[in-house]
Amino acid sequence: MTAHDWPLWEVFVRSRRGLSHTHAGSLHAPDAQMALRNARDLYTRRSEGVSIWVVPSTAVTASSPDEKDSFFEPAGDKPYRHPTFYEIPEGVKHL
Amino acid sequence: MTAVTAETGTNKHGSPAADEKDASAYAAAFDAAVAADERIEPRDWMPEAYRASLVRQIAQHAHSEIIGMQPESNWITRAPSLRRKAILMAKVQDEAGHGLYLYSAAETLGVSRDELLDKLHSGRQKYSSIFNYPTLTWADVGAIGWLVDGAAITNQVPLCRCSYGPYARAMVRVCKEESFHQRQGYELLLALSQGTPEQHAMAQDAVDRWWWPSLMMFGPPDDESSHSAQSMAWKIKRHSNDELRQRFVDICVPQAEALGLTLPDPDLRWNEERGHHDFGAIDWTEFWDVLKGNGPCNEQRLTQRRRAHEEGAWVRDAAAAYATKQHNNGEATA
Repeated sequence: MTAHDWPLWEVFVRSRRGLSHTHAGSLHAPDAQMALRNARDLYTRRSEGVSIWVVPSTAVTASSPDEKDSFFEPAGDKPYRHPTFYEIPEGVKHL
Repeated sequence: MTAVTAETGTNKHGSPAADEKDASAYAAAFDAAVAADERIEPRDWMPEAYRASLVRQIAQHAHSEIIGMQPESNWITRAPSLRRKAILMAKVQDEAGHGLYLYSAAETLGVSRDELLDKLHSGRQKYSSIFNYPTLTWADVGAIGWLVDGAAITNQVPLCRCSYGPYARAMVRVCKEESFHQRQGYELLLALSQGTPEQHAMAQDAVDRWWWPSLMMFGPPDDESSHSAQSMAWKIKRHSNDELRQRFVDICVPQAEALGLTLPDPDLRWNEERGHHDFGAIDWTEFWDVLKGNGPCNEQRLTQRRRAHEEGAWVRDAAAAYATKQHNNGEATA
């Protein structure tokens, strides 16, 4: 590896306890430790986080926008998975 | 080097390998997404001209952020108090951060970081002309914060709704951080303006020198702006150069009054009929001249940028060598 091909890392930040890590952006770094330090300096200069994950960008497998319709289609025709699908008589409580 | 990001996947150009018959369907989907005010994301199909236009704009924006560190860092060692020094260091560090957010956004379009830096260093990509003016006095730090960052904010707030997702998201972060930059500059100028007669004069002199270049930051007038119409159609830009410039002038006039400083334009006056301030003619000859490389500091800024890059090479090499060694050790013990 030369300085010209420092890998890209995806940065995930947990903004406070009780919330999940959220994608903040990406950065270049030679190794995981440096990626963490760079991520701290780049994405939490104003205390935006209490925990950081860095993941090599090449390790992420993404769905393709090309197959958007067919890939997510199975969920499209199942409105009965939502509570609003069901009709409940008026006045019935705690449902 | 091929840029591979999680957002682009392994597909360098982010465009699905489209069959001829699919191409028009992709174009229609792109047009529909833009029309519906949806965001275009890195792996979506997009017209090559849209991609090229974004790379040009985001790269220029990123370059401006990191070149913009130079005029201000000029005063870090001479800041008049520890408070002002800490503030200025934090601001300059923010500019570096803004550059990095933007380079990352540009990389999602399939260009590499090295390629972008090469183009900056060789003058094939531009940065904002404003940074080719010198910071002659401490008051210039205040004028940059108030006027230059103020103009940048006016430009950037609408970019938070830009049609390209990664650029819009970077802008949201930048805008949040930028408001501290503007306020610290304003506060600095106010302190000088209300200080001794010499300090007041220094503040006025800085405003006199930075006012017109700040108005030029919005770019050429609408009828001479080569990229504007197409960028607006693609919803990369939301407002025209002249519209944003007018907005900025209207915002600044009362702010200058509160500072007790004047703006160096004898033609500046409220126009009741338009509901806006009229202002004098901008010297576009100066703008084009600075853009061509003839500003007071063009040469100095690029030389310093190249020098910093070259002198940092050993650090990058050492970090890369260390990472390789750690990796090899890991494999040996595994």
